[in-house]
Amino acid sequence: MIKFIIRGILRDKSKSIIPIAVISVGVMVTVMMSGFLEGVFSDVINQNAKLDTGHVKIMTKPYAENKEQLPNDLALLGINELIDSLNLNYPDLIWTPRIKFGGIMDVPDASGNTKLQGPGIGLAISILSEESGELQRLQLNKSLKKGRLPKRSGEIILSDNYATKLNISPGEKITFFGSTMEGSMVFQSYEMTGTVEFGSPLMDKGTFIIDIRDAQNMLDMENGTGELLGYFKDDKYDDQKALVIAENFNAKFQESKDEYAPVMFTLKDQNGLRESLDMGDAFSGIFIFIFILAMSLVLWNTGLIGGLRRYNEFGIRLALGESKNNVFKLLLIEASVIGLIGSIIGTSLGLVFCYYLQEVGIDISKDVANSTIIMPSVMRAYVTSDLFYIGFIPGLFSMLFGTALAGRGIYKRETARLFKELEV
Amino acid sequence: MKKEPIIHVKNVSKSYPIAGKEFMALKQIDLSLNEGEFAGIVGPSGSGKTTLLNIIGSLDKPTQGDAFVLNKDIKALSHNEAASLRNYHIGFIFQVFNLLPVYTVFENVEFALLLQNNSAKERREAVMRALNWVGLTDHADKRPDKLSGGESQRVAIARAMVKAPKIVLADEPTANLDSENAHEILKTMKKLNQELGTTFLFSTHDEKVMGYLDRIIHLRDGKIEKDEKNKL
Repeated sequence: MIKFIIRGILRDKSKSIIPIAVISVGVMVTVMMSGFLEGVFSDVINQNAKLDTGHVKIMTKPYAENKEQLPNDLALLGINELIDSLNLNYPDLIWTPRIKFGGIMDVPDASGNTKLQGPGIGLAISILSEESGELQRLQLNKSLKKGRLPKRSGEIILSDNYATKLNISPGEKITFFGSTMEGSMVFQSYEMTGTVEFGSPLMDKGTFIIDIRDAQNMLDMENGTGELLGYFKDDKYDDQKALVIAENFNAKFQESKDEYAPVMFTLKDQNGLRESLDMGDAFSGIFIFIFILAMSLVLWNTGLIGGLRRYNEFGIRLALGESKNNVFKLLLIEASVIGLIGSIIGTSLGLVFCYYLQEVGIDISKDVANSTIIMPSVMRAYVTSDLFYIGFIPGLFSMLFGTALAGRGIYKRETARLFKELEV
Repeated sequence: MKKEPIIHVKNVSKSYPIAGKEFMALKQIDLSLNEGEFAGIVGPSGSGKTTLLNIIGSLDKPTQGDAFVLNKDIKALSHNEAASLRNYHIGFIFQVFNLLPVYTVFENVEFALLLQNNSAKERREAVMRALNWVGLTDHADKRPDKLSGGESQRVAIARAMVKAPKIVLADEPTANLDSENAHEILKTMKKLNQELGTTFLFSTHDEKVMGYLDRIIHLRDGKIEKDEKNKL
């Protein structure tokens, strides 16, 4: 009997293809939207963490208050001892110092005269130490566009856009003009070894990278750093955990009279991320909820209309001696089969599109060229485990629910009245 | 020994609530049909023909009185028991054929047997036998939309007859057919009645049908006006 009914469904496009198509499209869009929003928000968090905020960050209080000005005169000192203490107290985290500084980069011609000049932001990281994990964290190997990464002291890499602007190629010399943490003027020549693309318009505009030891020497910041970044060893940001650690750390220095006492911030407590990400999370949650609700209503209606359209068939079947129970049972089995097929197709297509968006992404670099916040220049989806059920469940059950409601009419009416209403 | 009637309706009334009032569709009907009869309930629209047919077909229950079909008390049957009675013993033929459009002629006739859990071989033999009765064996693989009105009604007869029911209830079976097809259909049903001994009960106001009936039960305003042997 079930085979007989399924054969009928497959032959009647309005009973099979249309509901399956509606379910497939609804489930596919749900999966795509969910994967895409998850990807975008995760990328914003990851990129901020890697390029700027860490999972937690320690600065001096006054540095934190003026950090937009890159005030290295307010930097943290005695960081080796601080890192030792942090490693002991917070073993889940890896600590790495970074110094940000501003200055003028000068590219000389063959005779040593200025060929081109431009302002730039320096980022000093532990680029020569493999243990620091900074190369992997910033994915500098992957981001390399030209030349090679620095292998020794005195070498520098530039963002590719910045190098193009300064018309400098790997192997050429470049000189930095700026000031030490004490305010003395400093200039230092470097050999440019390569260019990188960070994938963040803000960073790609005019950033250069040198080793932190070179920066400490040049800026007179022996055993000091502007910022000390902490990363969870599993590389996943856990806001609750980060908040507890920051609270615990800050409590130790709450009563400190030292105006340069360190203060710890979580990722979300920097760059206004908590507000924007929480709002984004809320909006995406509401959006996905509304979408799933709308999809459920459409599918519920599809099931309802599909059931109502078949009252004539049900009437014939009742007259031929099929019981109400059997008509209803087979109706639900059909709806389950259609819901299952539609959900499988929709989830599969959604995952394929998500995978494509994860690998290729949507390039928005032109739209965010002048962005002042760190955000990815390519928006990507993430294929996560929840995508396997987020569309599947409403796809399966909405159709079933709508059909069950349509089928309820079979029970509510007396057979003769139903028979008459069924236009038999 | 006197044979029990196959259909026995005793003092049956049926009322429906319409616009807050009870509308009496049938008023104290008494009727008996013996096995093998070829009878018809004749009357104008609204006289209660279909209501009476629905009660005999176990699709409805009387408000008052008793209806026995094959010794089963219609009033006492549960939904499943009523479905089982229809499944094994009662065939229906409708005015508008009501074939399932996505299935072939063979499958439409086979459907009645699927409910009886017969084997595929048994079903095939029974379906081809029924199609042979109505002269449509060469149309077995066609869909209903490829059939004429007369052919569609013959498929409906095959569907009603395939399970070899004791009773066939035909509600205005010729209403949508031209004269020639109507006569063909009626001849087919008469032949099946004579060869297989199946009891046929029609609801009709078509004079062509009346010409074939052995017994005519006149119904007017929910009452039997006359119950007579056909002298035509």
